[in-house]
Amino acid sequence: MNSISITANGLSKDFNRSTIFKDISFSLSSPASLSIIGKNGAGKSTLSKIISGLLNSTRGSITYSVNEKQIEIEEFKHHIGFVSPYLNLYDEFTALENLQILSRIRTSTHQNSERIKEMLALVELWDRRDDIVSTFSSGMKQRLKYAFALLHDPAVLILDEPTSNLDAEGIEVITQIILEQKKANILIIATNIKEEANWCAKQIQVG
Amino acid sequence: MNFITSTLAIVSKDIHSELRTRYAMNALLMFIVTSVATILFALREDEVSTEVLSGMFWVVIFFTAMSGLSRIFVSEEERGTTMALQLVASPSAVYFGKLIFNCGLTLALSSAVTILYLVAFPMFVIKSMAIFILTIFLGSIGFAAAATIIAAIIAKANTKGTLYPVLSFPILIPLIMTVMKSTARALDGEIFTTALGEFQILASYLMIMIAGSYLLFDYVWKE
Amino acid sequence: MRFVKHSAIAFITFVILAGIAIPIVPQPQGWLEFPIIPGLEEKVRSIFFHVPMAWASVLGFLSALYYGFRYLQTKDFDYDIKSVSSAGLGMMFCILATVTGSIWAKFNWGSFWNWDPRETSIFILLLIYGAYFALRSALSSDEVRARLSAVYSILAGLTAPFFIFVMPRIVGGLHPGAKGDTAGSTPVAQLHMPPNMRFVFIVGLVGFSLLFVWLLDMRVRIARIEYQISLKEN
Repeated sequence: MNSISITANGLSKDFNRSTIFKDISFSLSSPASLSIIGKNGAGKSTLSKIISGLLNSTRGSITYSVNEKQIEIEEFKHHIGFVSPYLNLYDEFTALENLQILSRIRTSTHQNSERIKEMLALVELWDRRDDIVSTFSSGMKQRLKYAFALLHDPAVLILDEPTSNLDAEGIEVITQIILEQKKANILIIATNIKEEANWCAKQIQVG
Repeated sequence: MNFITSTLAIVSKDIHSELRTRYAMNALLMFIVTSVATILFALREDEVSTEVLSGMFWVVIFFTAMSGLSRIFVSEEERGTTMALQLVASPSAVYFGKLIFNCGLTLALSSAVTILYLVAFPMFVIKSMAIFILTIFLGSIGFAAAATIIAAIIAKANTKGTLYPVLSFPILIPLIMTVMKSTARALDGEIFTTALGEFQILASYLMIMIAGSYLLFDYVWKE
Repeated sequence: MRFVKHSAIAFITFVILAGIAIPIVPQPQGWLEFPIIPGLEEKVRSIFFHVPMAWASVLGFLSALYYGFRYLQTKDFDYDIKSVSSAGLGMMFCILATVTGSIWAKFNWGSFWNWDPRETSIFILLLIYGAYFALRSALSSDEVRARLSAVYSILAGLTAPFFIFVMPRIVGGLHPGAKGDTAGSTPVAQLHMPPNMRFVFIVGLVGFSLLFVWLLDMRVRIARIEYQISLKEN
């Protein structure tokens, strides 16, 4: 397994003349886990987006390394699995099609039909694989997002509100996934639920 | 080679999405038919010069393009799938994928307009086929090149629909003026070499637009 | 900047006085008389104002483009302030140039608008400015607004060479210096101006450029203060 590290230095984000957060720094080396806590609207989602390369910070920097070698985010993002309430998959396609199409665009080697089947089975959506996503409940969509996030066997899992929309069963499945991830890889969770925050070793408060 | 696979996968996704939902095709086809019908009623049997005919031809193409070419970015933004795309694809793959799709779309709609014009207007006679075909080809790609980057820009804005032609028109003017001239030549039956100046302009326009868009796309796509 | 301000005022005052007061006579003697240029006569006076205004509007566009480019490089918001201030000034000069040109066109060629290449170009510049501000007003986040308007100004700049060099060659025009004009030939210094007229003209160009720099400086300073105030409020 690769040894991964993420180091953030003085990350700050401004939006429309006000500062959302400033001077966030941390250092993570696999295996590691970090929870980002804070009130609603404090900037947890924003920070998680910055770490996953979806957003640029206003100030500060973040570096990613694989096996001691520093890598740019454009390449590193294929080591990241991301789940968020703001993430949406294509609701005109079926669950299976979504995973097939997105994995083809990603062109990573991990993704073949075996792996897709494995992931859909893991989140218990295999028998709904040929249903159009627009017919899914929000809980099912959330589970599909996990299948999408884990498809390429990422070394880093970044979860923004990991259990939103999930029923008890769904939460059980996710908890399993998270515990697996913590063992050898990097896990980052943004949440305002204390129990979830306690899944992680380190903690950062935003806002 | 990953880049090419990724780009083609994006084109394929957009094509399948379009086939599944048919949002753009239906609207565009209806738009073309109603525009041509309106012009037909206005002109009836009147003789018009080739310049006017050429102008009307490209007016229909321009407005049809403005109705349909922004969809590839606006639909991603409106349905919130931009994030998924950002997670799996490099910005360049997204740009070229969307560009290729739009080129195909514009070529298709130019062909549709051509056919409709040939059917509806007996005075629309293409005397120099070579000039006409090359004009349509270069003109459509040039249109797509400019329209795609502007679509990416307005996808992030609040009033997408009306803003799109406002931003696109100034950028497209050199292209529109040149293709109108060249199409008029085709309708007049001039020999191929007279249009070389126009083809040079069209070729350099699309090269500059594609190169510039490619370099600027990162700044539009990534927040 | 005080030097710029004083020189701008001095130069433009000179141009106003010289441009309007110096008589146009058939046989000019000495410096203080302008020759009659066939076809233009008294109307030539507008060249001292119309052309520098058009030049200032181009200057506005080029600065907006440059500052936009610098913003994309550095993400320093001050560059966005400079970019939008330049664009505002450029738009004002563009409107002035279009109006003065249009009035001149009425007296010279009989109608207010003719779609000659230069007229079309200034009109397109006006459209670009309009599009730039329309885009800005449709974006709600500071950062997105700065970024996307910088990109648009660069895109518009990419199409500029087509207007400047290509259009006048392809489409013959009415403007002095366009294809088909027997009196002049080069794109910029069209008429065969005698030295004294040329002097006033150059002073006008320089004066309007200095005026642009001075006005831009004031606008930027005001915008910076407004920005600081709004930062404190948040």
